[in-house]
Amino acid sequence: MLTKRIVPCLDIKNGRTVKGVNFVDLRDAGDPVVLAKQYADLGADELVFLDIAATLENRRTMHDMVLKVAEQVNIPFTVGGGISSIEDVDDLLHCGADKVSINSSAVKRPELINELSQKFGRQCVVVAIDAKEVEGEWLVHLAGGTIPTEIKLFDWAKEVEQRGAGEILFTSMNHDGTKAGFANEALAKLSDLVNIPIIASGGAGTIQHFVDTFIEGKADAALAASVFHFGEIPILELKKELKNKGIPVRI
Amino acid sequence: MKLSIVNYGAGNIKSIQFAFKRLGVDAILTDNPDEIIASDKVIFPGVGEASSAMIMLKESGLDLLIPKLTQPVLGICLGMQLMCNHTEEGDTKGLGIFDADVKRFSNKVKVPQMGWNTISNLKSDLFKGIKENDFMYLVHSYYAENCEASIATTDYELEYASALENENFYGVQFHPEKSGIIGSKILENFLSL
Repeated sequence: MLTKRIVPCLDIKNGRTVKGVNFVDLRDAGDPVVLAKQYADLGADELVFLDIAATLENRRTMHDMVLKVAEQVNIPFTVGGGISSIEDVDDLLHCGADKVSINSSAVKRPELINELSQKFGRQCVVVAIDAKEVEGEWLVHLAGGTIPTEIKLFDWAKEVEQRGAGEILFTSMNHDGTKAGFANEALAKLSDLVNIPIIASGGAGTIQHFVDTFIEGKADAALAASVFHFGEIPILELKKELKNKGIPVRI
Repeated sequence: MKLSIVNYGAGNIKSIQFAFKRLGVDAILTDNPDEIIASDKVIFPGVGEASSAMIMLKESGLDLLIPKLTQPVLGICLGMQLMCNHTEEGDTKGLGIFDADVKRFSNKVKVPQMGWNTISNLKSDLFKGIKENDFMYLVHSYYAENCEASIATTDYELEYASALENENFYGVQFHPEKSGIIGSKILENFLSL
């Protein structure tokens, strides 16, 4: 049976992880390669690297990092942040990334999804959607949730699927950082609406939140950062608990 | 050990090269027929869309070369699918190495299948030391039907062939290069075939 995926997300700036990490026995918690290897050994199913300072100067550093991760890590990983062209994606895939995640660039020019999917296959095109529920309506936001648009989440999700996205990474800005649980209602609606995998993001605080997002939210994967980085939720413990609850996981 | 990865422009082959490097083997990326023929082992990768991959293969003449190879050849993901008779993706005729047809999952399940699933009914030296129901990483929308050539099966909507074997030819739907230490063991097994 296909298992539910647990996906730690690493924010990267100048080739280093930015949010603090608090792993025991880690030589260099700022080194994404060391961290990625650690996560792979601990049972993470996949990793996401998000370049939060995606400037032109930083691109080379990011490529070097992706190359090193691909060299040393034996689980799949996605790279996101500042990707806006076929060339960007070509470079990252050539460095060994398995998937790329696009966000604002897809909203600005939706044809990009078609182009990437045609050129590289839909399996490597993740469309990240940040949305906020405003007066009962889920609206897509840009730039880390700071810029609202008039695009409705569910319309946009359907459109990105039709244009060739292989997966949707949905972050609820209402839940992100709250540690109060994922946006399960919206997630379940998304999962019923489209026929591609949905990664839940934003709100992870406890093991129960993961249980809920896989059952109520019908998510295919769950992404989190700080609860993993600070060791609040050990991945193996999380997976054992999910398994106890009858949720298929890889242990 | 001379190991070649057939380089015909289809997708991310860096990960495969790195996976072998972790096993201490430097794989050569090549589309040179002489170099491929002279290799001890050949990897036939593939990511992307079947009909365009087949066009690239034909342009380089590799579609004629690959079925004639006599050393162990391992097709991975789309590589494996292209070694079958036919695939529904782009209504593409395959290399006919495996007597199997490739079909699309229905919309009763999410497509692509993306993530870790188990492999069962293992029967090949390729899986020496691999346990029934070990996990492999898969990303695909099309699957090879269960058939005589099956050496592993996986369940997603239905039971399909997640690995195939015919004489010196092997094919895996999953990505051993991305499937942790168990995947790495499969690559190691391939090297010792």
